[in-house]
Amino acid sequence: MTTEIVIFTVLFLIVSGMGFVASRWRRPDDIASLHEWGLGGRNFGSWITWFLVGGDLYTAYTFVAVPALLFGAGATGFFAVPYTVIVYPLVMIVLIRLWSVSHVHGLVTPADFVRARFGSPTLALLVAITGIVATMPYIALQLVGIEAVLKTMGVTGDLPLIIAFAILAAYTYQSGLRAPALIAFVKDALIYVVILVAVIYIPTQLGGWGSIFDAAQAKFDKTPAATDGILLNANNQLQYVTLALGSALALFLYPHSVTGVLASKNRDVIKRNMSALPAYSVLLGLIALLGYMAIAAGVTPIGTDVNTVVPQLFDKMFPDWFAGVAFAAVGIGALVPAAIMSIAAANLFTRNIYREYIKRDATDAQQASASKIASLVVKVGAVLFILLIDPQFSIDLQLIGGVIILQTLPSVALGLFTRWFHRAGLIAGWIAGMGAGVLMLYNIANPATNHAHFGSSAFALSKLGLDTKMTIYAGFLALAVNLIVALLGTVIAKSAKVADGPDATRTDDYTADQGDPRVHDLEVSSST
Amino acid sequence: MTTPRTDRSPWNWLLLLPIAIPLIPALFNAVEPRLFGIPLFYWLQLSFVLVSVAATLVVYHMTRRAR
Repeated sequence: MTTEIVIFTVLFLIVSGMGFVASRWRRPDDIASLHEWGLGGRNFGSWITWFLVGGDLYTAYTFVAVPALLFGAGATGFFAVPYTVIVYPLVMIVLIRLWSVSHVHGLVTPADFVRARFGSPTLALLVAITGIVATMPYIALQLVGIEAVLKTMGVTGDLPLIIAFAILAAYTYQSGLRAPALIAFVKDALIYVVILVAVIYIPTQLGGWGSIFDAAQAKFDKTPAATDGILLNANNQLQYVTLALGSALALFLYPHSVTGVLASKNRDVIKRNMSALPAYSVLLGLIALLGYMAIAAGVTPIGTDVNTVVPQLFDKMFPDWFAGVAFAAVGIGALVPAAIMSIAAANLFTRNIYREYIKRDATDAQQASASKIASLVVKVGAVLFILLIDPQFSIDLQLIGGVIILQTLPSVALGLFTRWFHRAGLIAGWIAGMGAGVLMLYNIANPATNHAHFGSSAFALSKLGLDTKMTIYAGFLALAVNLIVALLGTVIAKSAKVADGPDATRTDDYTADQGDPRVHDLEVSSST
Repeated sequence: MTTPRTDRSPWNWLLLLPIAIPLIPALFNAVEPRLFGIPLFYWLQLSFVLVSVAATLVVYHMTRRAR
């Protein structure tokens, strides 16, 4: 145990040191602007973007929660693989257009874009609030990842968790987006090594892949639940597919994903990354299988916390020193996304609430310092969330987060291609989709965890009066409601000649690239 | 200024392939044939990553702008 804790602590401290030094990395002339602090100078090339976005999307929570899903329910948990396979071809063209229009108009957040495109501060505010609400529980969940590791090492009490987050808060405050970008290198190197060793070494100890899957099958055969197993059944296939597609549609609507993309230096960097980022999807697929290895190794979770199965597996299979490295990988893996998410949430607050409603003539320096303080508030909020409220609540909220962030798709993603929608229609659609989504989630029970509400995202179609046992991803249905209402609302608003907002963008803004006269690189613009 | 730029290209249709294939469970919801003892469900879905990488690479190269 002691060896594990020593190695974990040493690696953690080295990385924290890097976080503070990062403010000098790639020498900004002046870090007191949002483009520098919040977007790292918007000058990241292919490699840094790959590490940054990868470190951002594939979080510590993912690394403990996805195998925990396979451990508990089997094949349905593997949805993370098709989800992260389809997401890149799906968003490639969307993201390059977002990059272009953002660089022409000096936009930092998805809500900035909506403000410029549809001329509606209300719609932009809704998009900003959705983003903040969806991101907050996500940050809190990163702590759940660290907590699972600490529990396994036998470290109890809240103090270690508070210290870890205080360090994180301090260097994010100092270095902005440069800190997670630099730390992401270490985090990913550690994770790749740990996972490759795990998927090669552990199966040899457990009698090969065949017997690992046999053990999993045997476990699921014994449970009374009909939904588990190493394959999908007739009733959960639709859920599997819609959850993969819905999650893929949602991923790049999250403000922190957009932050990573906008920090890249041109369109080609983004396009190349769409081919390179799937490397992480392979890694995620292998990590998922750790859940079955845990079954075969006879690992049991600590208490009822199923998120501890992967740390428990490492503890059982690896020598102490390597288990320490593995735990550090998970712990540091939590810091990168937590930093980027808090920066993204802070940017939303500054750009779309502070500058829009509180201080309209804020200078660049004032915006940067408002963002820095907001990022502190967000992180303190996340820590309080975990310490004061049952962590299960954060998991519920994150589930809701995925469903509600999808409701910004019509204004943000479709808005990049068409200006056909009317701002009134989009607002109506957002309200309808939001209501439908939350209502559906509220009505999903999970008998296994004794939850009457917010039990999972699998909505039974029988609740709509259909004679079937099939389930579907609630977010997917909610998005359909949203789109239908937005469509009808637009038709009605247009025929009633309701005033529409002005569009500040031009067609060729969406295809501009680095080197164009209208694309300002590092120049800090106060336009829009 | 030259002709207006556009993101339209027939090559973009290629991106539909890696989006559609992983969403058809009939293709992979089986145990046999296994690969190194791993059921089809798992190894085939992992290999779809290659389809995605290939499609995005082709589209990237075919839609590059001459500078």
